[in-house]
Amino acid sequence: MRNPLNKTITGIKPSGIRKFFDIVHEMKDAISLGVGEPDFDTPWHIREEGIYSLEKGRTYYTSNSGLKELREEICRYLNRRFGLTYDWKSETIVTIGGSEAIDIALRVMLDPGDEVLLPQPSYVSYEPCVIMAGGKPVIIELKAEDEFKLTSKQIEEACTEKTKVLILPFPNNPTGSVMSREELEKIIDIIKEKDLFVLSDEIYAELTYGEKHTSIAALPGMKERTIVINGFSKSYAMTGWRLGYAVGPSEIIKQMIKLHQFSIMCAPTTSQYAAIEALKHGDEDVEMMTEAYDRRRRFLLHELRRMGLECFEARGAFYVFPCIKCTGMTSEEFATKLLQEEKIAVVPGTAFGDSGEGYLRISYAYSIEKIKEALERIERFVKKYKIQ
Amino acid sequence: MKELKEKILRVLAKNAKTDLDELAIMLGSTKEEITAAIAEMEADKIICGYPTLIDWDKVSDEKVTALIEVKVTPQRGQGFDNIAERIYKFDEVESVYLMSGGFDLTVIIRGKSMREVSRFVFEKLAPMESIMSTATHFVLKKYKDQGLIMQFESDDPRITMSY
Repeated sequence: MRNPLNKTITGIKPSGIRKFFDIVHEMKDAISLGVGEPDFDTPWHIREEGIYSLEKGRTYYTSNSGLKELREEICRYLNRRFGLTYDWKSETIVTIGGSEAIDIALRVMLDPGDEVLLPQPSYVSYEPCVIMAGGKPVIIELKAEDEFKLTSKQIEEACTEKTKVLILPFPNNPTGSVMSREELEKIIDIIKEKDLFVLSDEIYAELTYGEKHTSIAALPGMKERTIVINGFSKSYAMTGWRLGYAVGPSEIIKQMIKLHQFSIMCAPTTSQYAAIEALKHGDEDVEMMTEAYDRRRRFLLHELRRMGLECFEARGAFYVFPCIKCTGMTSEEFATKLLQEEKIAVVPGTAFGDSGEGYLRISYAYSIEKIKEALERIERFVKKYKIQ
Repeated sequence: MKELKEKILRVLAKNAKTDLDELAIMLGSTKEEITAAIAEMEADKIICGYPTLIDWDKVSDEKVTALIEVKVTPQRGQGFDNIAERIYKFDEVESVYLMSGGFDLTVIIRGKSMREVSRFVFEKLAPMESIMSTATHFVLKKYKDQGLIMQFESDDPRITMSY
């Protein structure tokens, strides 16, 4: 019998730290600081709207691109929160999480061999999605001295005549880094010069501490060449509802709808109705959650620095990215030993790209009490292994 | 300052014993500023006290909480305040609220036993002038009190590691 699988998929290497993840799952009583989702339940009024929609029997397909009311609310939300203006009819598509939006955007934009600039450390799905779409990922290694932000020079050096798309993942998972308006302004010239399209993953846009998030699409000359990805998972604690969206130039969105229509039909109807409620009345919930995250963020950074781990001021998402080079161990060694000796699970920075070597991703989507308990153990461990 | 005060309140409401140094770190402030803000709120009676939330059922079988619906005919020129005061002056009365709806006052009482609470109601409360009727309900189990869940928290339902 012949091989049922295509070469591209078998060619994609499985997660390099699979082994580590398996060990974590085996250990029943470890404190894990390795999650990538909020610790809050979806606010009750949003859940209720979803439940109500089921009671009312709203269990049918919606329009491919999503409920009209939802798309209208999304555009209103983007306008009032981030100053973006998009047309709900032709420039908006509701997807199954930001994940689907990223996938279909790449699939409609890339011809075989097109190159995609991919800053790392970043979310693990980008690289496989680019490959599956027939594109070639070109990794840009973000640097600690730049606070893991993207620079114009890096873009220029990585570009070839085949480069078509730049993935811009800010606020960033795993580093927690954000790019301010000024920092974004510094990279738009080279983007325009090289005629690149930007896939801006802004799923953590609401979770910023200090300066409010700026979307690159709001900057001059960028709207026509940017797809903005956002969603409900992180801002409204709706990870399991699987709902996100993309906004962008109508010609791109139109093709995304085409692809989405064939393989998905529409995003879950229940989630869509709940999301309308979230956008209409969820501002206060987002504010409360962000405030809670900020308290934990400050506390975590303070404590990690106090025990001698260098950590830049992460101002987005719910992750910090401390440097553990002072122990002489690799990220995976550190994480494995920490798990075995202190039963604390964190994610090695290398899970997100080679440039994550020497770093850890610690999530603060946990109560302060849990964080405190974990920090005690981490401190003990660092004291033991830090090379003076 | 107002914003800082509100942030402090949101933390203290959940845990009055929050270490002030830690609170300062969490809110990006200094211990001096936090202490001053708290002192001001105490003086303004925004912060009225720091009672401890106790699950008395675990301490002794005997303690009982009752919620009494009280209907009142307010005296001329006195309104409800006078009656409320006479009721809340009793030590065993934990809370008194003026209500909208089917009755006038909610009175929450804690006693050593159902019998003791009943005695309080028919000896001291019901005979009061202006009290028209009372309906006493006994609390059987407290699940959540003042924003804190008193039962066992369920385990974190999330997958241990996710990207």
